[in-house]
Amino acid sequence: MTGTSMTTRAWLLMLPLLAVMIAVIGWPLADTIGLSFTDAKLVGTSGNFVGIDNYVKTLSGSNFQRTLVTTTIFAVVSVFAEMVLGVLAALLLNQQFYGRTVLRGLMILPWALPTVVNATLWRLIYNPEYGALNAALTQIGLLDAYRSWLGEPGTALAALIVADCWKNFPLVALIALAALQAVPRDITAASLVDGAGPFARFRFVILPYLAGPLVVALVLRTIEAFKVFDIIWVMTRGGPANSTRTLSILVYQEAFSFQRAGSGASLALIVTLLVAVLAAAYAVLVRRTAGSNA
Amino acid sequence: MERQSFVFSVFIHACALLLAAVILAPLLWLFIMSISPAADLTAKPLVWWPQSIDFSRYGVLLSSVENSAGAAFVASLVNSILVAGMATIAALALAIPAAWAVSRTPSIGWSLYMVIATYMLPPVALAVPLYFGLAHLGLLNNVFGLALVYLTILAPFTTWLMKSGFDAIPREIEAAAMMDGAGLFATLRIITLPLAAPVMATSALFAFLLAWDEFFYALLFTSDLRAKTLTVAIADLAGGRVSDYGLIATAGVLAALPPVVIGLVMQRALISGLTSGGVKG
Repeated sequence: MTGTSMTTRAWLLMLPLLAVMIAVIGWPLADTIGLSFTDAKLVGTSGNFVGIDNYVKTLSGSNFQRTLVTTTIFAVVSVFAEMVLGVLAALLLNQQFYGRTVLRGLMILPWALPTVVNATLWRLIYNPEYGALNAALTQIGLLDAYRSWLGEPGTALAALIVADCWKNFPLVALIALAALQAVPRDITAASLVDGAGPFARFRFVILPYLAGPLVVALVLRTIEAFKVFDIIWVMTRGGPANSTRTLSILVYQEAFSFQRAGSGASLALIVTLLVAVLAAAYAVLVRRTAGSNA
Repeated sequence: MERQSFVFSVFIHACALLLAAVILAPLLWLFIMSISPAADLTAKPLVWWPQSIDFSRYGVLLSSVENSAGAAFVASLVNSILVAGMATIAALALAIPAAWAVSRTPSIGWSLYMVIATYMLPPVALAVPLYFGLAHLGLLNNVFGLALVYLTILAPFTTWLMKSGFDAIPREIEAAAMMDGAGLFATLRIITLPLAAPVMATSALFAFLLAWDEFFYALLFTSDLRAKTLTVAIADLAGGRVSDYGLIATAGVLAALPPVVIGLVMQRALISGLTSGGVKG
């Protein structure tokens, strides 16, 4: 078969996927871009062209700035904690101990638990009157009186981060464990003979094997954390006093609660752009790690 | 492996116990809440182990008595199965030909990267036009409409997984079959697709789990029993005025059961899927 006809055949096979993707992603995205320059409401008027008004208002608004800070804190702290806990758990699971196979199997459970169920579970644990956390801390004497973990601006975001980490660090652990198992035994043995201590061994022998998979996990987790909606909506709806409101929650409120479709669209595109910049920065990072391993 | 010192071994076992406790405690507590009498769950000090075991909530949620909490739960369960099932089948039907084409014709690979790049898009960037579009087609609050929207998430993901699966099948095998006179579609049917069956199964499981887990679009585009999925039903329960926390926990256990069972049984396939994507980047 000639090159051209093979390419034509390939395009024909791609066609259904591309057509559906254009219908459910391409067209809506283009429409969102159009909407973002109008003052359209969700119901009723299709809106008038208002130029870049929505963008100016959004970017200069204190709501957006505060939400951006909250989202960044959520993403950075939870992803960092997940990476550290995940690598520590993987190093542990790579040691020899009784029940290792069982424990490795259990690590899949938090990952498999639906996000909404995880959020509901932690909401029950943090319950201000009957929650298990209050009960446990009071019964062992660490806490004098029950607290409203999700009801106080000072603790709500931290409580959310704990719930998010619990669900996601096991995935990082499983990815890191798979990478650890690819480290050849003779290399670790050789480094022992050469007198490398545990930290030197981790830094110079093991980390190079971990770096690639971990960077990919880091990219995916950061993008997801930046887009976070489900866990926050179910646990706090962005409250109390907007202390846990992230960008996706803000867009939802603007476009659907307040029904300002135009301004919501501009906000959504700003979020998209931020995620794209993050992803581009990481793409450079991934290429560098790949290069240094080669 | 060097011989471990006794102290080190004790330390490792202690850490393993701690990790097991961290993983299991919240899950066990969810299950205990679901079988504890309501009075135990609101007692102070909290009763950690139920005085009497009470499985009645499972019966309540799985009953089909009209207008009961059970009827609503069962309806959302059925909707979740329908939406996730339809979206998975449609995603695979789109992904398999496209992934094979890209795998064998790298010159069109850029189109796949564009599809995969949509993973970065936050769903909020598509939500308003999709809402208008579904309303226009009369597909708001409809399982078909929701399954269609889920293709935005499932199709790029399954195409990506399937492509790495096809990449692992040497094209020489296909070439040999064609040399023996098999046509393209016969070759695909007899040689390629059977070899790709494990990857297809993994992709289907991932797609199903993603759809089962989805909440944002379901929250926006469904409003009653005709299309509401489990995730929305549970969020309603959790945020509503239900006074029996055990009932919320029971709904959570039931919703978690299918993915947890899939996760445990298919662990090897799922992890290799997760890590192969991860390692290759």
